[in-house]
Amino acid sequence: MHYRLRQLLATALLAIAIAGCGDDGGESVILATTTSTQDSGLLDELIPAFERDSGFRVKTIAVGSGEAIELGARGEADVVLAHSPAAEEELIAAGKAGERRTVMHNDFVIVGPAADPAKVHDADPADALARIADAKAPFVSRGDESGTHTFELALWDDAGREPGGGWYQESGQGMGATLQIANDKGAYTISDRGTFLATESARDLEVAVEGGAELLNVYHVIDIAADAGERVNADGGKALADWLVSPAAQDVIETFGVEEFGEPLFVPDAAKTDEQIRAAG
Amino acid sequence: MDVLWDAVVEAFRLLLSGDGETWEIIGRSLRISLTATALALVLGLPISAALAFGRFPGRRFALALVNTGMGVPPVVAGLVIIVLLWRSGPLGALGLLYTQTAMVIAQTAIALPLVAGFSTAALQQVDPDFRLQMQALGAGRLRSLWTVAVEARLPLLAAGMAGFGAVISEVGAALMVGGNIAGQTRVLTTAAVLEASKGAFALALALGVILLVIAFAVNLVLTAVQQHGRA
Repeated sequence: MHYRLRQLLATALLAIAIAGCGDDGGESVILATTTSTQDSGLLDELIPAFERDSGFRVKTIAVGSGEAIELGARGEADVVLAHSPAAEEELIAAGKAGERRTVMHNDFVIVGPAADPAKVHDADPADALARIADAKAPFVSRGDESGTHTFELALWDDAGREPGGGWYQESGQGMGATLQIANDKGAYTISDRGTFLATESARDLEVAVEGGAELLNVYHVIDIAADAGERVNADGGKALADWLVSPAAQDVIETFGVEEFGEPLFVPDAAKTDEQIRAAG
Repeated sequence: MDVLWDAVVEAFRLLLSGDGETWEIIGRSLRISLTATALALVLGLPISAALAFGRFPGRRFALALVNTGMGVPPVVAGLVIIVLLWRSGPLGALGLLYTQTAMVIAQTAIALPLVAGFSTAALQQVDPDFRLQMQALGAGRLRSLWTVAVEARLPLLAAGMAGFGAVISEVGAALMVGGNIAGQTRVLTTAAVLEASKGAFALALALGVILLVIAFAVNLVLTAVQQHGRA
């Protein structure tokens, strides 16, 4: 019994050692980011290139913008890539971060069934939501404090409507899954253009409202300060942030998606301010 | 319905074409979950022996705790482990968060109550006279325990299978403490969740089919061991 027990223990420890071996190689940087950058496939292009250039190993945690910023504030991430301006500014104001720099933008679109039951086609974004609420046409919200959800809530405010009731449903899921649900229910929803283009299973939906500075969706990168928490890899975080606004990364962003979707999913914006992007958009 | 059929076809295409990434994910899933099951057995069997035959105050209470643990949702286990492993947490210095080791720890915690609970029941179901007879014949405590365990090997292996089934199929803890990082901590279940969130339902289902095929293969081997020597 003793001998066998020792044998079993030794085997288990060996196995854990082997399992642990998958984690070696390079100092690691934790990137907390939004689901839209991962779901669109952009990070699959960017991150391996950074790892080759820098020797760092990146652990990408794709969550809603709210959670991504919270992870940064706690010092559980070294760098944050998000699209939730108000929450980002809070993080900077709290003194937990280094710099907040513009990386790229795309835009939000209001999508809905081709029949357009609430007659929102080509309306202003806020007016479109008001019409959806007045018609009680089905609308699927992310409901997950993501950047897209935060944007949606601000737009309801602009529209002067309090969303709620049977027509307003919260999916609590990522953008792709939310588009699929809206597709199945013949509902309206708000999506970033990139994920909408990339989501094959939402082909019954059409873009109802697009364009204009109001619908701009700007992504910022924020490196986390060393004093945000214990064991923050501030150098690694800053290296990734620096790289994302460098010409090498901006070139990748500029061409990403052209081959597959016939148009780029994101527009590189390094060194531009939000105002400059708005003026150009 | 088309999606279901597409998923089955896609699953076997991925398996048979030797798709590198798919097999890498399968290997990682098996390595993590088998390690966790083995650890749960190593830790759980002594616990179950103590619970089955020990005479100590609070034994029933401990048994009730273990039986409750069998129903703990993986996402809750994952939350507890992640708070412990956070950089700011008590085990932060180890730097284990978002590693395969973290996933092994979380899955061991999930499998342990299952293994300990089922094993306790397995050991208790052996006729108590049997162990007394062994001891009367001069066998030591450990020797007689071992003989009882051999006698109960069928339900004990079933306990191991239950533990393995629970961890290979759980997603809550794997996603939380592993982070679903491509090439590092992405396993079959977390990859399926990612594909579903992208709206790629056929591929997500295909990964689910692969999971079932793999779990079936592992259980086929274990069942062969279990039923060895039986008609």
